[in-house]
Amino acid sequence: MYDDPNVVLHCEKIDKIYPGTKALDQVSFDLLKGKVNVLIGENGAGKSTLMKMIAGIEQPSAGKMYMDGEEVVFKDTSAARARGIGIIHQELSLFQNMTVYQNIYMCHEKRKGLFLDDKKHVEGAKAILKRLEHEIPPDTLVGDLRVGQQQMVEIARNLVEDDLRVLIMDEPTSSLSAAEVKVLFKIMRELLQQGLSIVYISHRLEEIMEIGDHVTILRDGKYVADADVKDVDLPWIVENMVGKNTQYHRFERSIDLDTAPKVLELNHIRLPKTGGGWLLDDVSIYLKKGEVLGIYGLLGAGRSELFECLMGMRPEHTGEVIYQGKPMKIGDIADQLKAGFALVPEDRQRQGLVQSLDICKNASLASLTDFLTGFLMNYPAEEKAVDEQIRDLHIKVADKHLPILSLSGGNQQKVVIAKGLMTKPTVLLMDEPSRGIDIGAKTEVFEIIHEFSERGLSIIVISSELKEIMAIADRIYVLSNGKCTAELSGGDITEDNLVRASYAGLGTGKSAS
Amino acid sequence: MKKNNNQLMMTLLKGRTFIVLIILVIFFSFASSSFLSVNTLTMVAKHVSLYGILALGMTFVIITGGIDLSVGSVLGLTGMLAGGLIQEGLTIGGKTIYFSVPAIIVLMLLTGCLIGLINGLVVTKLNVPAFIATLGTMYICRGLANLRSNGATFSKIAGFEGLGNVGLKALGTNWLGIPAGVYIFAVLAVLSAVLLKRTHIGWHILAVGGNEKSAKLSGIKADRVKILVYIISGFCAAWIGLINTAQLSAAHPASGDGWEMNAIAATVLGGTSMAGGSGTIVGTIVGAFVIGVINDGMTMCGVSEFWQKIIRGVVIILAVVIDQTQRNLQAKMALQARNEAK
Repeated sequence: MYDDPNVVLHCEKIDKIYPGTKALDQVSFDLLKGKVNVLIGENGAGKSTLMKMIAGIEQPSAGKMYMDGEEVVFKDTSAARARGIGIIHQELSLFQNMTVYQNIYMCHEKRKGLFLDDKKHVEGAKAILKRLEHEIPPDTLVGDLRVGQQQMVEIARNLVEDDLRVLIMDEPTSSLSAAEVKVLFKIMRELLQQGLSIVYISHRLEEIMEIGDHVTILRDGKYVADADVKDVDLPWIVENMVGKNTQYHRFERSIDLDTAPKVLELNHIRLPKTGGGWLLDDVSIYLKKGEVLGIYGLLGAGRSELFECLMGMRPEHTGEVIYQGKPMKIGDIADQLKAGFALVPEDRQRQGLVQSLDICKNASLASLTDFLTGFLMNYPAEEKAVDEQIRDLHIKVADKHLPILSLSGGNQQKVVIAKGLMTKPTVLLMDEPSRGIDIGAKTEVFEIIHEFSERGLSIIVISSELKEIMAIADRIYVLSNGKCTAELSGGDITEDNLVRASYAGLGTGKSAS
Repeated sequence: MKKNNNQLMMTLLKGRTFIVLIILVIFFSFASSSFLSVNTLTMVAKHVSLYGILALGMTFVIITGGIDLSVGSVLGLTGMLAGGLIQEGLTIGGKTIYFSVPAIIVLMLLTGCLIGLINGLVVTKLNVPAFIATLGTMYICRGLANLRSNGATFSKIAGFEGLGNVGLKALGTNWLGIPAGVYIFAVLAVLSAVLLKRTHIGWHILAVGGNEKSAKLSGIKADRVKILVYIISGFCAAWIGLINTAQLSAAHPASGDGWEMNAIAATVLGGTSMAGGSGTIVGTIVGAFVIGVINDGMTMCGVSEFWQKIIRGVVIILAVVIDQTQRNLQAKMALQARNEAK
């Protein structure tokens, strides 16, 4: 039995196993009453997974949860809601096709006999939105609202029932403007006064220092540390979040990058966001021949969007691109591949691989036309080229005609890299190349990056893991909220500089004023 | 200025199906002198009520993002079963039972609901795409309809005074000069509109169609909602089985072949999105009228059956193209309004 009057909910040794990965490993967590409980960790640390257990969206593989001195089991969101637990999701979970008041009262409908009482819905919605200082007409379609306004509707949904005890907020501010964040914090303080407990997940460390009471840090699915926010500072958080022991070998460069020519130059790139604002706001960067350029930033900073512009997936962008000394007009994806750009995408399963094809075909997919004799495929030539890549990248394959999913994550990733390299690129774009692969495979991927850059390939790498990007990149640009907030090289590349720059573009927290 | 143009355009686009309907009526009344007569309009109404009732059920299914291809066969099967029950009764263990007409109506409606339930269960519990699941039941029901009589027609269905099962014909005659089917269409349409607009079930149907994952996270039992819409669709199809049999005083196993397409066309013309999440009952009613007026109008003008098909096809594609235009314009106007608000 677990009973502590200061704890609303206690998690005891929670495990969550997904096929292939252990997302949570023996995590215990106290949700403190009347406090803002902050969860911190890098991507994939298990923060959102833990919250999904508490909100009943998913069920733990092992471990127990206690509320009010008794064990609770949430088989779905309704069960958690019945205990007063509400969640604001990382991805908006609104109904775009329905009105604001319908969204707010969905599943909490007010009825008059058999029928809905829309008058009550509209009045209730008005009152809640007024409290949130966002007087959106309740009969507006949610799909017509700005993302920030939608976020407010999402919050309103949770406030509609007054039995709410715990509100989980998973990165609620990632799409809010500075003014909206201020309102949100004000509401959070009000809710605390009303006796609510809040769990707050955010990557914006400055925000956490401002609003948080107690911080818990997770890393790789494990509990690392917890402390009262007033007792700790930013460096302590960063250190615990990143960890001390994962050190990557820093590569030595033989190429003199100072004299190397610029292979790619982007000037004043802007990419409009649907619903106002910019995904990329006046970004100017350059890349030298043989350089490994790092792009660091938080989720939604515009990192992947930059690659999408270069690959011809965002024709609506503006700005100047100079490629090998000449202005370049960016065409469609096929044009960009031909011009010498190749992309290793972020989501290996959805964007990188065709699961129904074998290893060989996955590798040669982007360069099939190189192996044509007349109209027909020249299989021996194709297989020879694939064999070369398998040797070059040390891909561990028993038979290249096996299904792609028979490989480990790291070897799958190498196949995706091989696919990019087989198009004989001048510039290789790698979006989170080490995501979801084990530490050994990570090191091998970094060695590949280093080796090919030494051979003169210019590489841009996106990463949200500090240690990694610091180990492999010669120079790093930091993106924040679509703006380029820092260019770091040599001794300037420090964890502190990277973290500070990563929220400098947000205009929130202390750095704004 | 531009804004006003947009708003005018929007009003026109929103009412487009209704406008098209009026234009069609005017056109056909000039093209064929007998179009605007009581007889013709009664006939049009009779046909419209057939497509319309099917389309009501189809609207619910399509709003959830599904499709029900089985309705044509379900109406064929229920028609055959009803005809068989009246003509031959039900023989169990050597004894033949004859049901009264109200009992037959209830039994057939339950049969329609049962097939809908099966459709819904296959779609939700066995994870079969709606297109395939209902394609399957479409063939099964058509086969069953043929098996009932070995492909023969039950003709001159009137019932037997002595057995107390006369009266089905009432569903096929005119009440106060208006076909019975029209009354049933009206009642079902009102019930459908109330269900969709005024009850929480309607909200849940829209929510499941708009974003199934969110719906589940909100605590909506999405599977139950989906099963329900297929039951409604089967229920509507069973009504048409009964009405059609009553109108013809005969049941033919091929009845209703291809009618699911008319129902889908009426639904889509009425502005229901095939992607799910949006649609109205009023739209579907107007859509059913457009389909009915085009069909009967062209026949009266002597347009060949072959050309009729081509024209129907063009109309359906155009309707969806215009629908897309409206959505784009709507998004543009919302963006404009937002920028002005800043």
